[in-house]
Amino acid sequence: MSAIPMPAARAALNAERARMHARRKRVNAIALTLSLAAMAFGLVWLVWILFETVRLGIGGIALSLFTEMTPPPQAETGGLANAIFGSLVMVLLATALGTPIGILAGIYLAEYGQKTWLGSTTRFINDILLSAPSIVIGLFIYAVVVAQVKSFSGIAGILALSLIVIPVVIRTTENMLSLIPNALREAAYALGTPKWRVIMTVTLKAARAGVITGILLALARIAGETAPLLFTALSNQFWTSDLSQPMASLPVTIFKFAMSPYENWQKLAWAGVFLITFGVLMLNILARVLFRNKH
Amino acid sequence: MAATLPASPFSDDKKMERSDPKGGPPQRRQSLPWADAVFSLLTHGAAWLTLALLAGIIVSLVIGAAPAIEEFGLGFLTSAEWDPVQEKFGGLVMIYGTLMTSFIALLIAVPVSFGIALFLTELSPSWLRRPLGTAIELLAAVPSIVYGMWGLLVFSPILSTYVQQPLQTLFAGVPILGTLFSGPPVGIGLLSAGIILAIMVIPFIAAVMRDVFEVTPPMLKESAYALGSTTWEVMWKVVLPYTKTGVVGGIMLGLGRALGETMAVTFVIGNFNQLESLSLFEAANSITSALANEFAEAGEGLHQASLIYLGLVLFFITFVVLALSKLLLSQLKKGEGRAA
Repeated sequence: MSAIPMPAARAALNAERARMHARRKRVNAIALTLSLAAMAFGLVWLVWILFETVRLGIGGIALSLFTEMTPPPQAETGGLANAIFGSLVMVLLATALGTPIGILAGIYLAEYGQKTWLGSTTRFINDILLSAPSIVIGLFIYAVVVAQVKSFSGIAGILALSLIVIPVVIRTTENMLSLIPNALREAAYALGTPKWRVIMTVTLKAARAGVITGILLALARIAGETAPLLFTALSNQFWTSDLSQPMASLPVTIFKFAMSPYENWQKLAWAGVFLITFGVLMLNILARVLFRNKH
Repeated sequence: MAATLPASPFSDDKKMERSDPKGGPPQRRQSLPWADAVFSLLTHGAAWLTLALLAGIIVSLVIGAAPAIEEFGLGFLTSAEWDPVQEKFGGLVMIYGTLMTSFIALLIAVPVSFGIALFLTELSPSWLRRPLGTAIELLAAVPSIVYGMWGLLVFSPILSTYVQQPLQTLFAGVPILGTLFSGPPVGIGLLSAGIILAIMVIPFIAAVMRDVFEVTPPMLKESAYALGSTTWEVMWKVVLPYTKTGVVGGIMLGLGRALGETMAVTFVIGNFNQLESLSLFEAANSITSALANEFAEAGEGLHQASLIYLGLVLFFITFVVLALSKLLLSQLKKGEGRAA
């Protein structure tokens, strides 16, 4: 608050401030534009991939896709029936195998071992298994099953996939159970209910929608998994429902066909990609809708 | 809790209205005495099984890799020779490919994810937030084989025509950049694998960043706004420093994903086991794609053991990265608890 006016200095200061202000606003505008561009960048890939999947895949969708076996190279006809069947069998059985174990371990983490040594270790390890490379799971099953029996088999594929299901289900079950208010548990205990009945009929029931969401997400995850099947279930050109034989699956068949130079194989691969992408996206959207309606 | 129960002044009257009990007291429901113990045992068992799984993976990989570990020792990690005929194996090419593609992926994915998280937490109108967030999350749900096939048959040709060839003509004589962009113009190699990995890990990193940005106390942000900060300054100077451990944790999570991704990389990396030049467009190999391509065909013995050795190296790297990510994220959660 100088009493003597210094117009020149004041003007210079003001100009400096205005410049700073303009600069900050400019930086802000640039940053926000870039953020908008990043968002668009993310969406472009999704739209592009979906568009190409539909464009190249829809032509191959025909009834023969579901009724005929995988053809030899350069054949006129052929479908993916054995691969679709193999995928369904392995994915469903792997989910059936992995889900109970995952739910039980999730119950342990949320209801028994919140603060124990075993609880925190399991939680930590489980989060790592959740993102561990799935091809390593394949190696593990190869070593303990395939190498011992000396044969690739559908069972090995199912085991490998179920090991991917378990961490996903554990994670969602635990999260959903810990959302249940403790008052609900206390009310049930106060009525003299034993702990296992409290869990089965009160907390797990209240968390039902979330747990099912987790199972659906696990299904979606393994439906597209290729790496753990490459050297467990291998692949099979023919229809088989014998689980001790190598078994075809949609992802592995797509892998084989897409890398080949044969036109009919590539066309079938795109049709398979179309099926798998939309199956998986539908499962994901279903899981979200289910979860949101409940919470 | 007890205070909220309505204390009825009429309880005595109510009692009067009740009819006499019919029959004896209800049978006591049989609560199986062992059921509780069995259930507890089952859940404990499932938790132990998870731990046993990890131990089993490590032990089986070490046993499987033992012949290669004995033969090559740690020199395996620095030797670039991969010759199944002469039974000489070294993992440098694949390890380099895995690290390089993941590095390229993070270089692209981190700024983009930050932009997406910034958009979703600060800029987006609230009605758009959920659909846009879901769309980005769906990007993570697309199976990796779809990325791979799309990358090989759709993306690589475009990358080659519109990026690689112009770059090659532009930098034809320039010493370092020239080598960096050399190679046959097919668009397959480290760069396209890195770009596709980036697209795949963006949803993971962006989701973590969005979640940790949302835990920043609104008070902090509002104070900064009240002092005249721009949106960008609030993000860069308030929110980011507050959440930096969480952000780094998210990046680590993305890195863990990128390192272990198999199918997408296998399609576009070219599967070439020699390190001839440092070009980004030269066909290369990564640990995961070497396993995917060679393992089922490798005969038992040194070849297979060397591949398992590679798997062990991969598992070790991802384990460390993911453990670090988890620790950083849990630290943020602890700090959050203190602040509250």
